[in-house]
Amino acid sequence: MNPRNRPDRRVLLALVALGGVMLLWAAVTAALVWSTLAPAGRSALAELSDSMAALGGLTLLFVLLGVAPGLNALVRHYVKPPARLLEEARTLLGTDATRAPTAHGTPDNRALGEVILALAQQRDALRADVAQQVQAASRSIEQERSRLAALMSELTQSVVVCNLDGRILLYNTRARLQFRALSDAPGVASGAELIGLGRSIYTVFDRKRVAHALENIQQRRQRGVASPSAQFVTTTRAGQLLRAQMTAVTRAPDDGDGAAITGFVLMLDNITREFEEESARDALLLALTEGSRASLASMQAAIDMLDLPDLEPAMRERFQTVIRDEIGAMGARLHTLADNAAKGIKTRWPLEDMLGEDLLSAAQRRIDAPGRLRAGIEEGDDGGGALWLKVDSFSLLQALASLAERLADEYDIRSVSLRLGRAAQAGRAHLDLIWQGQTMSTETIMGWQMDDMVSGGERSPLSVRDVVERHGGEFWLERERVRHRAFFRFLLPLASEREQLDAAELFPLGSRPEYYDFDLFQTSESGCALADRRLTELTYTVFDTETTGLNPGGGDEIIQIGAARIVNGKLLRQESFEQLVDPQRPIPAASIPIHGITQDQVDGQPTIAAVLPAFHAFAQDTVLVAHNAAFDMRFLQLKEAATGLRFEQPVLDTLLLSALVHPNQESHRLEAIAERFNITVIGRHTALGDAIVTAEVFLRLIPLLAEKGIHTLGEAREAAQQTYYARLKY
Amino acid sequence: MTHRILIAVDDPNMRMSLEFMFRREGFDVSVAHNDAATLAAVAEQPPELVLLDLNAAGHSSFDVCQALRAQDVPSGPRIVLLSAKGRDTDIAKGLALGADAYLTKPCPTRALLQQANALLEVTA
Repeated sequence: MNPRNRPDRRVLLALVALGGVMLLWAAVTAALVWSTLAPAGRSALAELSDSMAALGGLTLLFVLLGVAPGLNALVRHYVKPPARLLEEARTLLGTDATRAPTAHGTPDNRALGEVILALAQQRDALRADVAQQVQAASRSIEQERSRLAALMSELTQSVVVCNLDGRILLYNTRARLQFRALSDAPGVASGAELIGLGRSIYTVFDRKRVAHALENIQQRRQRGVASPSAQFVTTTRAGQLLRAQMTAVTRAPDDGDGAAITGFVLMLDNITREFEEESARDALLLALTEGSRASLASMQAAIDMLDLPDLEPAMRERFQTVIRDEIGAMGARLHTLADNAAKGIKTRWPLEDMLGEDLLSAAQRRIDAPGRLRAGIEEGDDGGGALWLKVDSFSLLQALASLAERLADEYDIRSVSLRLGRAAQAGRAHLDLIWQGQTMSTETIMGWQMDDMVSGGERSPLSVRDVVERHGGEFWLERERVRHRAFFRFLLPLASEREQLDAAELFPLGSRPEYYDFDLFQTSESGCALADRRLTELTYTVFDTETTGLNPGGGDEIIQIGAARIVNGKLLRQESFEQLVDPQRPIPAASIPIHGITQDQVDGQPTIAAVLPAFHAFAQDTVLVAHNAAFDMRFLQLKEAATGLRFEQPVLDTLLLSALVHPNQESHRLEAIAERFNITVIGRHTALGDAIVTAEVFLRLIPLLAEKGIHTLGEAREAAQQTYYARLKY
Repeated sequence: MTHRILIAVDDPNMRMSLEFMFRREGFDVSVAHNDAATLAAVAEQPPELVLLDLNAAGHSSFDVCQALRAQDVPSGPRIVLLSAKGRDTDIAKGLALGADAYLTKPCPTRALLQQANALLEVTA
């Protein structure tokens, strides 16, 4: 029977109920009739009803049969459609599907179906809208963040942002370079043990000093100062003088809780050099004043004596000698002062470091005026393009351009060339503007130096002389008679050795590394023990060692240590540690194919006694992770007695953890695991290469461990202990 | 009466002029060229006035002045500091350490002589 046509149970029930009601009606009627009748009538009725009962039953049946289809139709029309609609509406509510509910029955019911559909559509539209907005918002946040990171990394000021616990959550390239200068072991860890996301700023700064500065800021905020900042100068362990300017990071005002301080920004200046220069200048000044006073006093006394009319010739001669001596001494003193002051002068006007090559090509572009004046670059004898200059490039280019224009306008020169070279004077370079042909008189040159510069139709308030003075340099005209040429020569300061280094290092960063992690704002040193912290929120040092062999107890030694950091679930490749170590024993030839490190490479490298302290600092406050950690840890532990450094951090072993999540796999070698996780392996079998692969493996293991109910460090260590491999003590 | 004066000056040019002048003015002059010699000379035969100008490395008029005052002699010598250090902090320090007068170089020899005479007249 077609289920659609099968009568509803409710219809049957209704029919039974109807039959019952009719029977009851008949019974009640019969009882009433019965009660009104005389006994004779009653017996007659009883007789009659006996024969009528069958007929009555039959009519009842007919009535019921007649009502049934109508009743069924009523139910189908009025009862079932709302029920069906209800089910469909529930489906719509429970799922994301949006299809028109099939509404039958009364017009009201059908209209209700349409309304439900409309509501569902409205819901979908709202949902899509919300999703879109969320997406747009997060995209713009991401954009803002990367814009900020880009900005930060380009800044020449070093910036470090910390949360209230002093954990670093942003730093820029300049800060990284600066911290390198602060490192105790600059050659080994390059400051990576001091600066890094999630690291504590208090390894560099005294905690109390920072707290004091924050307190100052807090107090001034309470007094209503809009954006107070605090300054302090501090010496670091490496003896450097740092000036820090601190401003507070506050929670957005609509975040409730007023504008509580959530962290701070430090802008750092290494003022060691400035301070030294300043001190030197002070000392110079003091030497000059005191020295001059002493000399003047001696001369005064001698002259007072010479004034005496009755002085003997011998004494007169002696006093005259005194005066000559003192004049000579003062002259010498002034000479030294002048020399030193000339060096000091370059710090007055803020000059920028610029590569000679860049300056030359910028000048060429500036001077070149097609059809009127051609500018070329002439190779100097000593590769001047590679020199680093300290210049105010804007005004210097203006000076060159204005001179070239005057040559073209007043002497009809059509072609000039530029040349840069190291000057005979230490710390100076000369920049020449060369032309062929006519030269001018000394008076003209004088005038050109003093006149306001005009280039490209624009008049500058500065003269060439001003520009030269700004550089603490010199300017003159020289003639090369043999080649019928002349040139203007600018004597300019070179950037000092260290400044050159800094500037050169700012360039090779191809991709922008991750120097920020604002999620660290949210984290705080919760009181919960390390073992109870979640694996996803810990900071790890993932490391690997290369060794001369497999037997640490039998005299094998570490020849390379490599390590990378994981902070907040992200692998920070650029905060890495990689160092070759002189094992102070020969490297067995058999092991060279494995690690690829030859004796030549380790000769002259620091010994483990120098490297281990740097690595210890690098790994401070983190959980150690290694593949087959027992092996590497054994090497480290054997050095404990000699270096006094204990690696007491908790250790996780990716080999054990891998065995834990994939107990049925045969191999838990690093290559095999990396292949399982589809990790591209680059540079394996260097310590850092392996450390990075291990880190990638570890990051993929964390969610798999979570599936097994292993969430915290304590759980992970306990579970790893119990795996089969753990029973094989190395 | 001739006054005894000790000229403790390390700069030979200055010492020569001062020695010449004070002798000419009729003082009983002895000289010392460093701090040890100064302290020894004072101990041997206490002068009425010490003219201190010790600046060379390792010597300081301030130290000698303090050492002389520390000897706790009831009527110790008058002390005149002659110095190229002319900041007011230097002067304050010199006077605080027990100098009776502080003269900043250069100063006319006449002023020096007047100062010495003034101090000696007070004692006399």
